[in-house]
Amino acid sequence: MEVEKLIKMANQIGDFFEANPDVEEAKREIASHLKKFWNSIMIKTLVAHVQQQQGQGLHPKVIAAIQQHLHL
Amino acid sequence: MDDIKYSSSQPQMPKYDPDKDYGTPKSDSATMVTLNIDGVDVTVPDGTSIMHAAQLGGVTVPKLCATDSLEPFGSCRLCLVEIEGRRGYPASCTTPVAPGLKVKTQTPKLADVRRGVMELYISDHPLDCLTCAANGDCELQDMAGAVGLREVRYGYEGENHIGQAKDESNPYFTFDPSKCIVCSRCVRACEETQGTFALTIQGRGFESKVSAGNKDFLDSECVSCGACVQACPTATLMEKTVIEAGTPEHKITTTCAYCGVGCSFDAEMKGEQVVRMTPSKEGGANHGHSCVKGRFAWGYATHADRITTPMIRKSIHDPWQKVGWDEAINYAASEIKRIQAQYGKEAVGGITSSRCTNEEVYVTQKLIRAVFGVNNVDTCARVCHSPTGYGLKQTLGESAGTQTFDSVMKSDVIFVMGANPTDGHPVFASIMKRRLREGAKLIVVDPREIDLVDNSPHVRADYHLKLRPGTNVAMISAISHVIVTEGLVQEEFVKARCEWDSYVAWRDFAAKPENSPEALEKELGVPANDVREAARLYATGGNAAIYYGLGVTEHSQGSTTVMGIANLAMATANIGREGVGVNPLRGQNNVQGSCDMGSMPHEFPGYRHVSDDATRAQFEQAWGVTLSADPGLRIPNMLDLAVEGSFKAVYCVGEDIAQSDPDTQHVTHALENMECVIVQDLFLNETAKFAHVFFPGASFLEKNGTFTNAERRISPVRKVMTPKNGMEDWEITAKFSEALGYPMHYAHASEIMDEIAALTPTFTGVSFKKLDELGSIQWPCNDEAPTGTPTMHVDEFVRGKGKFFITQYVPTTERVNQKYPLILTTGRILSQYNVGAQTRRTHNVAWHHEDLIEIHPHDAEDRGIAEGDWVGITSRAGQTVLRAKITDRVQPGVVYTTFHHPESGANVITTDNSDWATNCPEYKVTAVQVSKVNQLSDWQKQYRSFSDTQIELSGMDPQTVVS
Repeated sequence: MEVEKLIKMANQIGDFFEANPDVEEAKREIASHLKKFWNSIMIKTLVAHVQQQQGQGLHPKVIAAIQQHLHL
Repeated sequence: MDDIKYSSSQPQMPKYDPDKDYGTPKSDSATMVTLNIDGVDVTVPDGTSIMHAAQLGGVTVPKLCATDSLEPFGSCRLCLVEIEGRRGYPASCTTPVAPGLKVKTQTPKLADVRRGVMELYISDHPLDCLTCAANGDCELQDMAGAVGLREVRYGYEGENHIGQAKDESNPYFTFDPSKCIVCSRCVRACEETQGTFALTIQGRGFESKVSAGNKDFLDSECVSCGACVQACPTATLMEKTVIEAGTPEHKITTTCAYCGVGCSFDAEMKGEQVVRMTPSKEGGANHGHSCVKGRFAWGYATHADRITTPMIRKSIHDPWQKVGWDEAINYAASEIKRIQAQYGKEAVGGITSSRCTNEEVYVTQKLIRAVFGVNNVDTCARVCHSPTGYGLKQTLGESAGTQTFDSVMKSDVIFVMGANPTDGHPVFASIMKRRLREGAKLIVVDPREIDLVDNSPHVRADYHLKLRPGTNVAMISAISHVIVTEGLVQEEFVKARCEWDSYVAWRDFAAKPENSPEALEKELGVPANDVREAARLYATGGNAAIYYGLGVTEHSQGSTTVMGIANLAMATANIGREGVGVNPLRGQNNVQGSCDMGSMPHEFPGYRHVSDDATRAQFEQAWGVTLSADPGLRIPNMLDLAVEGSFKAVYCVGEDIAQSDPDTQHVTHALENMECVIVQDLFLNETAKFAHVFFPGASFLEKNGTFTNAERRISPVRKVMTPKNGMEDWEITAKFSEALGYPMHYAHASEIMDEIAALTPTFTGVSFKKLDELGSIQWPCNDEAPTGTPTMHVDEFVRGKGKFFITQYVPTTERVNQKYPLILTTGRILSQYNVGAQTRRTHNVAWHHEDLIEIHPHDAEDRGIAEGDWVGITSRAGQTVLRAKITDRVQPGVVYTTFHHPESGANVITTDNSDWATNCPEYKVTAVQVSKVNQLSDWQKQYRSFSDTQIELSGMDPQTVVS
């Protein structure tokens, strides 16, 4: 799926959890949200973007969440 | 007969019969009073009228101006009685019971007085009973009989009201003043039941007459709810369908197929023909009231545009081929098999609708999960209340509203945000307005001046926070800030009921200076002091209840606002009892139910995640298949993948994504890219114009099932006529499943509900049998709550402790700039429903035959736009043209339209922005420019030509099909 759209959606998720003062919890929540609501095709595309493009354009906390909590 | 023992210490309340008219409303008093009526002791609640008590005791007192939906009026003088020890002949409707009273309802003197009254009435009434539309259903006729009127000594030649012109302007009922007895029941129904105050008694004495404000009914303030027609004891106000067909001979109770109020109706029938729909007095949601849609706008069910024969075609440019059911179903099944073999299992999916019954949604998601083998099932709640499901589950633990509608009668403060109840949820609005007239305070948060603000008689908002579209979260932050920093939090409640750590984090966030009303004043466009005062009122004004709608959810931060609302309710202890709560007003009849039934791609019925092994194992065992643990695609994901070429087939039941979903051109492009679009609907809707298989569906009058309304009330939908298409919708889905090699063995919709109950913890106590007994049931209904749960989260939240969430305001990326300087927001109107496929095929078009663009006088003047001009509306997504309506209901910088007509193309301009958590589209905020134009947009011209061609390909005539 077009990665631009996924980046936009993932960044919106990142923006919501950004406000959580507990950084580690925020990252867990981001990863958990993706796993709960995104189809695996979408997650795979986003993970590949993090692995291959250093997550260009992605919210830093989303990148960290994917790196720490989404091992596909 | 049973041997019933009566004793004064345990008084027996006589049995209530909803088919009887008790003349005055029932009293809710717990104190019982015993009196004697015509020699029989009757025990009734204190506050009951003698008339009502008599009827309970089995004695009918003659009456004309009284009916039990209205407060007593005491004008007709027919219901007089004699009371031992009292002088004169008091009216039994206005005289309350008292202990030990001895009442006589029939004496020679009373008979004489009553005959005299009737004689006067009849001397000024046409004697055309045999040809009158009310013949057999006329209370005046009944009373003439009851009092034994045998002659009219005055003759009929004197000055009278006979022969006056009828007002037939309303498309659904006539007003014949010649037959009016000026009992005021219509006037009082308009005031008390509906709350519109459109009717008055004009003049005095002989000149008195019912008037719709000196206008004909259609042009008056009348909202055509029909309460007056129902209240009228004669043929003065009469349904046109009854005039045409005569009186009905049987009735079947069913549930309205329009909005999320879910009114109960008696379908009054002659054979298989509906003569009229009368709201049921026992309806848990509506208590005998209705709106113009439910009561009158059901003609679409038999409209000539209905398609009743299955159709197939290879390409959307081919003519449709009418075929038998087997051929259509086998073709659809072979296409699904071919596509899955060619492109993979995940290349197919399905979409259900909030217009489907619970049973239809259940079998559709079962088909997709168990037979297609994927979780790619979604529902139209995606584009309306998906943020409610997410937000309330996160904070409170259940994806549903917390109250009954009646709860509002115990509210002291009513907080309405992003909802327009008088148009979207009219019957609930009538209850709400009644409470407001009793003195409850009202806070409205809305960019537009909805009718509740200052356009409903005797109702006025104490605060209208007219915020800029897109700033809901900032508004919630500002209100939270005031509650936290002014010490208005109910900390005892929070300590006992909520996760304390989450509260502390939220409190510290809300208290930040940047969240103060002053800091956010410019962003919100609302004076800080108004926000402060409204927040204080909500937190300290007694029972405070929040009602919200799509103006909350359809934003890029829709889910955040829902969570913010739940935070407010928890912080102020406004949850867990009557009169308070968090109340999402659902747009369509079965939004709640379709979500409950597992039509979201990540959840099984009962909101249990597909990755939960225990739940999945339960369904795998029941269905005998292996199920996927991977959340499926949501509607926008399906469409995106279709545009990219990997999603190839969709089974769309009762939903019209080509009209209702945002960014129309993206949707239609996706549909064009698919190889098999299967549409199941009543009409050749917009999506069907891109379809390859058409399964004709059945209307709500033609099937059995249940709908679940905004208060979690499961109500029965009952078949009152044979399906014109030959099958109920669940049967079509079951046959489709069988053709794919997975037979579904249901003999009746009730068996589907039995399966739902067996597999869903919140539904274990639900069955059609229990629904027959109780009328309706609010889930959860199980061993702990065998008759249902009116109020949720009473002693603890469903998730255990309530959880606060930090709700940081993040402005939408859809911003105004020089090119697109205005914000377009959308809404609905009373007479039309959703995409209009139903209501446009009724006489409701008399009130709203086209969508208009509302524009503030300043913005209009700047652009040289006058009332009625064609206006082009251009966004980053597209352009459409509508006629202008100049009004200061909208604020400068904001324009507004409805979306009930496909050629309006409201969604051609909405963008693909969506809620961060659920992908619910941001319908409510689109940056646009508007300008005066001379012709329709290119999209509209293309649409017209494409649509006409498609109608021709289906064998119908574009000139006659409703657009």
